[in-house]
Amino acid sequence: MAKTVTSLRDIETIALGSQPPGRPDDGGRGGGREPQPSVPEGSYRLAVLFALASISMLFLGFTSAYIVRQGLGGDWRPLDPPAILWANTAVLLISSATFTRARALLRREAIRESLRWLAITGLLGLLFLLGQYSAWRELAARGIYLHTNPHSSFFYLLTAAHGIHVLGGLLALGYLALLGWRRRLILMGTPDRMRRYGALMGATALYWHFMDGLWVYLFILLFLWR
Amino acid sequence: MTHAVVTHEAPKSFLRRYIFSTDHKVIGLQYLFLAMVAVTVGIVLSLYMRLRLAWPTEKWPLLAKLFPQAMAGGTISPEFYLSLVTMHGTIMVFFVLTTAPLGGFGNYFLPIQVGARDMAFPVLNMLSFWVTLAGFLVLMAAFFVSGGAPISGWTAYAPLSAIGEIAGPGLGMGQNLWILSIALFCIASLLGALNFITTTLNLRTKGMAMTRLPLTVWAWFTTAVLALLAFPVLLAGGILLLLDRVAGTSFFVPGGLIVSDQILPHKGGSPLLWQHLFWFFGHPEVYIAILPGMGITSHVLSTFARKPIFGYRAMVAAIFAIGLLGFLVWGHHMFVSGMSPYSAIAFSLLTLSIGVPSAIKTFNWLATLYKAQIRFTVPMLFALGFVSIFVSGGLSGIILGQTSLDIPMHDTYFVVAHFHLIMGVAAIFGIFAGTYYWFPKMFGRMMNETLGKLHFWLTFIGIYAIFIPMHILGIAGHPRRYAETAGFDFLAPLQPIHVFITVAAVITAGAQLLFFFNFFWSIWKGRRAEVNPWRATTLEWTIPSPPPHENFGPQTPVVHHGPYEYSVPGAAEDYILQTAPPTPAKS
Amino acid sequence: MAFALALMIWVITLGTVILFVGRFWWFPEAISEHGPSIDRQFLLTLTIIGIAFVLAQTTLGVFIVRYRQRREGRASYWHDSPRLEALWTTVTAVVFLSLAVLGQRVWAKLHLNAPPPGALQVEVTAQQFVWNIRYPGPDGKFGRTRTELINDVDNPVGLDFTDPAARDDIVTVNQMAIPVNRDIHVILRSKDVIHSFWVPPLRMKQDAVPGLAINVHFKAVKTGQFEIACAELCGLSHHRMRGFLSVLSEPEFEAWLQQRASQ
Repeated sequence: MAKTVTSLRDIETIALGSQPPGRPDDGGRGGGREPQPSVPEGSYRLAVLFALASISMLFLGFTSAYIVRQGLGGDWRPLDPPAILWANTAVLLISSATFTRARALLRREAIRESLRWLAITGLLGLLFLLGQYSAWRELAARGIYLHTNPHSSFFYLLTAAHGIHVLGGLLALGYLALLGWRRRLILMGTPDRMRRYGALMGATALYWHFMDGLWVYLFILLFLWR
Repeated sequence: MTHAVVTHEAPKSFLRRYIFSTDHKVIGLQYLFLAMVAVTVGIVLSLYMRLRLAWPTEKWPLLAKLFPQAMAGGTISPEFYLSLVTMHGTIMVFFVLTTAPLGGFGNYFLPIQVGARDMAFPVLNMLSFWVTLAGFLVLMAAFFVSGGAPISGWTAYAPLSAIGEIAGPGLGMGQNLWILSIALFCIASLLGALNFITTTLNLRTKGMAMTRLPLTVWAWFTTAVLALLAFPVLLAGGILLLLDRVAGTSFFVPGGLIVSDQILPHKGGSPLLWQHLFWFFGHPEVYIAILPGMGITSHVLSTFARKPIFGYRAMVAAIFAIGLLGFLVWGHHMFVSGMSPYSAIAFSLLTLSIGVPSAIKTFNWLATLYKAQIRFTVPMLFALGFVSIFVSGGLSGIILGQTSLDIPMHDTYFVVAHFHLIMGVAAIFGIFAGTYYWFPKMFGRMMNETLGKLHFWLTFIGIYAIFIPMHILGIAGHPRRYAETAGFDFLAPLQPIHVFITVAAVITAGAQLLFFFNFFWSIWKGRRAEVNPWRATTLEWTIPSPPPHENFGPQTPVVHHGPYEYSVPGAAEDYILQTAPPTPAKS
Repeated sequence: MAFALALMIWVITLGTVILFVGRFWWFPEAISEHGPSIDRQFLLTLTIIGIAFVLAQTTLGVFIVRYRQRREGRASYWHDSPRLEALWTTVTAVVFLSLAVLGQRVWAKLHLNAPPPGALQVEVTAQQFVWNIRYPGPDGKFGRTRTELINDVDNPVGLDFTDPAARDDIVTVNQMAIPVNRDIHVILRSKDVIHSFWVPPLRMKQDAVPGLAINVHFKAVKTGQFEIACAELCGLSHHRMRGFLSVLSEPEFEAWLQQRASQ
């Protein structure tokens, strides 16, 4: 039965594949067996695609509730979007661009630079979340809370749900950055591992771009769709 | 090129081998054991319900010891009855019928049957079990909080479920815990589904084309896709419901409600919105519950008929059709809800269409038996039982699916009889068939044949005795979720049927003790099993019992044959393993 | 084993058929105009699925016996027949869809048409755990109601007596009367949670949803007294939410209304 993952090194090993026999810093894994490749690289992307399908259904559920509720009682009072939301949108879109740049740099094997842009992406993501929180504070200051009216309910709900998923993306980014930073020397040594790391990064990028697009969609739904 | 998860040595510590394990086989067993605990609780609850229905004013001092607060005074009160109804449904649908066939057998056997060493993401897989377990514990906690478990049914219709304890006991913290439990279950399902889908698509061993997959794998795969797409909508609804309850929103609660002379502060929500969200999930959920059982039935029937399953491609197509159509028929739960009568008609036509692929599967099962050489092992008995029960339960759906006929039938015992047969009992028979079939592989021992046959006979007769008469209750107009018949003259003549059903239920429930005893006794004392006691063809029968760390030896298998090559003319034996060398005329 | 199993399946099938054909407990007699159509559709469907049920279970039993393992020898390898698949798919589809289409007729008549003009209007407002019945009174108009005025004891629907139309409204609790052979237009409401108005002999069931006013119409063609049951889980006393529907002759109905009006 497979060992449970307990250390970062084990996580890395599973992500990147087991070390070839003989490397000194491995503590010598049991002999005899050929090192097997990990899960095929395509699996990361596939899993993210299906996860995104699931997440889409969540927001589709919310959307149908939104549309139904809007069509009901006359107490629908759409909010004016707090100005900072436009800035947040821009920040998120830029973070997608920085992520793309990080991937391009990885393909050219410029690992250090790639990780730098990855970090910038993460910071932008964090900035986005702080900006969303700031939008909440602004609304609270205006006396608009979750329960104030149906539109505000959906605003808080949708931004919170989206924000939680962005946070998840940030955690993935953090793991990716950590992994890349600690193992960058090894990565540079083996094309196999480079490709695998690229696949992980690609899958995370897919998730990230989707969160981007999802935010644009929610913004339109909340403020521009009548 | 063979795909495999990174090979590690097997873990040494007990904790990592059996508790916090990422091995799909351990996780599968954990799900199975969780389902066993859940089904025991669920059955016990249903017995209390049946006792109340048969003898509403009776005192049960011994049974009251299990629920001292709820049964203070010794009787089963209407409020306790309704909380039993709610918890029985919730536990059975989620923690038995979704957990055992998919989480249990699917986790254990999908990787093996496709020739993989483990699921694609073992850590996620482990998480999915523990989150499921957390969900179960949270649900159980509802019994112990002030107010007790909720009384709104497993369907938790708003506003009853949304406006809090003012509407009835258990609708305070109990309902909140219910929502939290369901939310955890949704998340756990997603994690599991990702594994099932990715493993099936990407981790098949060499030669295992999609067209050589056993029907069990097709069923688990499709079920996982259904789960992936349906559970998030339930999660969305659950979050909205929770917000209505604790955050003052009004998604589901309209304005102007007055309960106990108190006007509620909500405004403008729609109770029908909850129903749409719930049933959009709820209908695919029933297919999630039954599809794996259909896969297991196909698999077991083929093995013990010594014949390939009839119409393999049609069976796969039917699984897809059922999965797809399953998403389009949710409105048939809402015909008399106040929904648009035009959409009702559309839903009705779609609902009757879904009977077609189900019928195709039934015909194919029967055709599999035609000119067979049937061996009546215990798994085969349960598979045959599945076919019989599926027919019985499915046909009553033809009545319920018609709008006009749903007018008298909706929310009566006719519905209860229908879904118990087609979902509850059929799925349970699939689980039993799978258990008796795969027990030798999982534990290296055989279950006792005599006990198994006795278990089958008592259960098969028992469930028919319980649920066929229940249709009559519905035809006579008996509504669901009534704690007794005493309130209405038109229900009084039906009381003897309740007594009959209760007696049958008690006996049938008792018969399950045979199964539990057989199961656990055989783990230690069962006759040792050979690697392939059933002379079956699929990959799990090529490896030792129980399977070793990472399933296959140094090399993953190479597949040359389809999954149901039984009685092939000219072959040396009446079965050909999928890994047997290729025969010249075959590809 | 094979014989025993087949026999058991046949016995269960026979018992089921007897139970359904014998009608020891069955639908109550239909008293509405549309009721017999529903009953006919039910009987048609039941016959068809009954035949399917008997055929399928019998075949299962026959195959179990005939194809049990006997002597040495292989099973037949025959496992595919596109023609057979096409045949039984088509037959099933035709039968099911025909039933489906037929099954919409009564529904369409009841629900796709507005209540006939001149129908007697009755408002039924459900609450935990009684049925409040309101008649518009001689002026034929329902008066205004307000939630704040609701008082379970003497003003259960919250009549606003400042509205002249409200002053002659007749309100009862759990007592509903209708004249026979007259179109009835029921408006269903709820004060708290979802209930469902269900009178088995009428073959009429409709959820009462808070926040909505749902219209149904029917005509009773037989007199008598019948029970109204709640058919949607509504709380603790869901099983005791009992009303009475009296179908009276026209003069009896008028008298009934008069008597209530003077209270």
